[in-house]
Amino acid sequence: MMTVIQYILYLAILILLAVPLGNYIKKVMNGEKTFLSKILTPCENLIYKMLKTDREEQMTWKKYAVSVLIFSGIGLVFLFLLQLLQGVLPGNPQGLPGVRWDLAFNTSASFVTNTNWQAYSGESTLSYLTQALGLTVQNFVSAATGIAVLFAMIRGFVKVKETGLGSFWVDMTRIVIHILIPLNLVIALLLVGGGVIQNLKGAEKVALAEPVAVSAEGDILEEAVIDTEAGTVMMDGVLLPDAEIITEQFVPMGPAASQVAIKQSGTNGGGFMGVNSAHPLENPNAFTNLVEMLSILLIPAALCFTFGKAVKNKKQGIAIFMAMFICLVIALGIIAFNEQMATPQLAQDGTINISMINQAGGNMEGKETRFGIAASSTWAAFTTAASNGSVNSMHDSYTPIGGMVTMLMMQLGEVIFGGTGCGLYGMLAFAILTVFIAGLMVGRTPEFLGKKIEPYEMKWAVLVCLATPIGILVGSGIAAVVPSVMDSLNNEGAHGFSELLYAYSSAGGNNGSAFAGFNANTVFLNVSIGLVMLFVRFLPVIGTLAIAGNLAQKKKIAATAGTLSTTNAMFVFLLIFIVLLIGALSFFPALALGPLAEFFGSIT
Amino acid sequence: MKEIKGTLPKALTIFLIFTVVCGIFYTGIVTVAAQLIFPDKANGSMIEVDGKKYGSELLGQQYTDDAHMWGRIMNLDISTYKDENGNMLMYASPSNLSPASGKYKELVAERAEKLKTANPDMDGTAVPVDLVTCSGSGLDPHISPAAAEYQVARIAKANNMTEDAVREMIDKCKKGRFLGIFGEETVNVLEVNLMLDGILKN
Repeated sequence: MMTVIQYILYLAILILLAVPLGNYIKKVMNGEKTFLSKILTPCENLIYKMLKTDREEQMTWKKYAVSVLIFSGIGLVFLFLLQLLQGVLPGNPQGLPGVRWDLAFNTSASFVTNTNWQAYSGESTLSYLTQALGLTVQNFVSAATGIAVLFAMIRGFVKVKETGLGSFWVDMTRIVIHILIPLNLVIALLLVGGGVIQNLKGAEKVALAEPVAVSAEGDILEEAVIDTEAGTVMMDGVLLPDAEIITEQFVPMGPAASQVAIKQSGTNGGGFMGVNSAHPLENPNAFTNLVEMLSILLIPAALCFTFGKAVKNKKQGIAIFMAMFICLVIALGIIAFNEQMATPQLAQDGTINISMINQAGGNMEGKETRFGIAASSTWAAFTTAASNGSVNSMHDSYTPIGGMVTMLMMQLGEVIFGGTGCGLYGMLAFAILTVFIAGLMVGRTPEFLGKKIEPYEMKWAVLVCLATPIGILVGSGIAAVVPSVMDSLNNEGAHGFSELLYAYSSAGGNNGSAFAGFNANTVFLNVSIGLVMLFVRFLPVIGTLAIAGNLAQKKKIAATAGTLSTTNAMFVFLLIFIVLLIGALSFFPALALGPLAEFFGSIT
Repeated sequence: MKEIKGTLPKALTIFLIFTVVCGIFYTGIVTVAAQLIFPDKANGSMIEVDGKKYGSELLGQQYTDDAHMWGRIMNLDISTYKDENGNMLMYASPSNLSPASGKYKELVAERAEKLKTANPDMDGTAVPVDLVTCSGSGLDPHISPAAAEYQVARIAKANNMTEDAVREMIDKCKKGRFLGIFGEETVNVLEVNLMLDGILKN
């Protein structure tokens, strides 16, 4: 019972917070006064001064797109160099060496595209300087870029017979200064208060309650008798002179909370630690988990309401929100049910207690005790719905069907809320596709929010919608025939294929979560996954801006009795149907070879 | 081309500004505020008694002694981290195994057998799932109350204590749900063991 209430509350609190935030973001977008203006507007003006920019500038869609691409390009190069050179730069108390070029490229592409796929483990690979000056900064600006492009698209719907979509520099400044910085200061401090680490010290070590003996070959000797005083290890009564005794544990340190806050709220997802928010120092308890988990969907959900307000059609915002929300609830339901039921391999005909009495029960492989099934499943649904990709449990160890749903959410193109900004503009491309298909069925000219949808918009909308399937299927298709990729798999058979498919789905949805047993740190995988991430990020950005630029020039047509409503339940249903149709048609064969094959294999 | 030329200097300037604002100011403000308001928590929630660090209450360790409470299954990592003298340091990682394979079935059966042998008093009771599974971080410091209860008889015998005395210690190391609703009930294994060893005084 408590578990069901937990699920409902997670969803309810989300909506409760998203509505006012959506309202606030709309004000920021239009430069209106907010309760924080007194403090923040002077900072904003200072930046314009340094930038020598005209805040009233109206960029054409091409100029807006060029600005996005150049800005992102600079970020890519800077982050790449920062990683290569971190060994000789300050802010590196662990003395970590520079990162290899292919991993550095992958990580740069990953953070610039708001994917935050991690082929590395933070605590053993990246210096604090790289984390703060490189990753944290990209966490902010890649999230802001997505929102900025969405703002431009909204203006495309609102403006009539104009060519300008606003200024990319002004949008970025307002988003970072008025939305992301204040929101994340609050989140970060809540997290430290809950127990997430935040310091600039080097890693620590602590005593182990029970020392561990290791043989000369590096194997752990579980049955050995250890005398720490004398420093001897006995095994079956025989003295092992070469064995080593480990008496201390490694405790990572660093500025985690500040980065965790923005990686959650900016739908980035790249963890401070290798195991992300499953790590007890990154997510120590149910309170921090609640804060981090709600942060995942907060901005993407709020933007639906921002959209409705900005186009002066609140119902449209609610309709799009409902389409996303319904998909999310269905996905969450399937994941939660399957994880609670666990697998016959784990239950062992009743030898193992998987009940919910005095424990979370269910499939606890890869899940933390403090989160159990409910908080883990909800996080898994949230993080793959939004293109966040942070995890608080290991998706690789999910049941076949539970794991498949997380994969499918990414394959749908990250439009069930999706990334900050990019999720909604992706969904709007699907909405354009929907009014076009619906228009064909009933023989009406397709229009959306008073703007006629014509071949130009359709061409770009199709490209935006198909970028993800192309990226995923071409990428995983090539990888599946490269022999060396086999060595990266952690599991055998169908599940091994799932690990590969998940990796490219994650890159192709700009998500960043992983079936983490998969060793992605090889030259081929780093480079190919990096390229997929760049492709699926920037093709839709260009397409969205092209559509917006073209829509802004059109006149507004009044709604008549013959206009197809885009705010009623019928439209919500059609929109979901089109999203699922494209996703299912593209990915059913691949899913049948991976998770579905594993599921049917496991129950026989 | 003209557009690119005009855009590049602006893009560079704003990138620099954001690097300073988000990378240095933001991280700096949070670090200073954290160290001032929550110094304990910001530094890893260490358990320190008489100047010696006995562990972090947030990081799990491996226990195999009958007199200690056992935690989640650990997948030890002894090769990634070394201290300044070159001594190996213990860390751990998740298994990332699929729970639906034949190999996994054998693994769980083996773990269950070991637990049943070590806890003969619990014959006929199913083994709580926390004790046969590896966690998400690999460093889970907790187990469920059911998994703690399963070990009470063994711990009491090995330490010459009554079962009620063991249960009392467990209760002290138990945390409920946040606001009574969110998350799960947990028992902190390291705290129980430090109490059993007499290091942590209730």
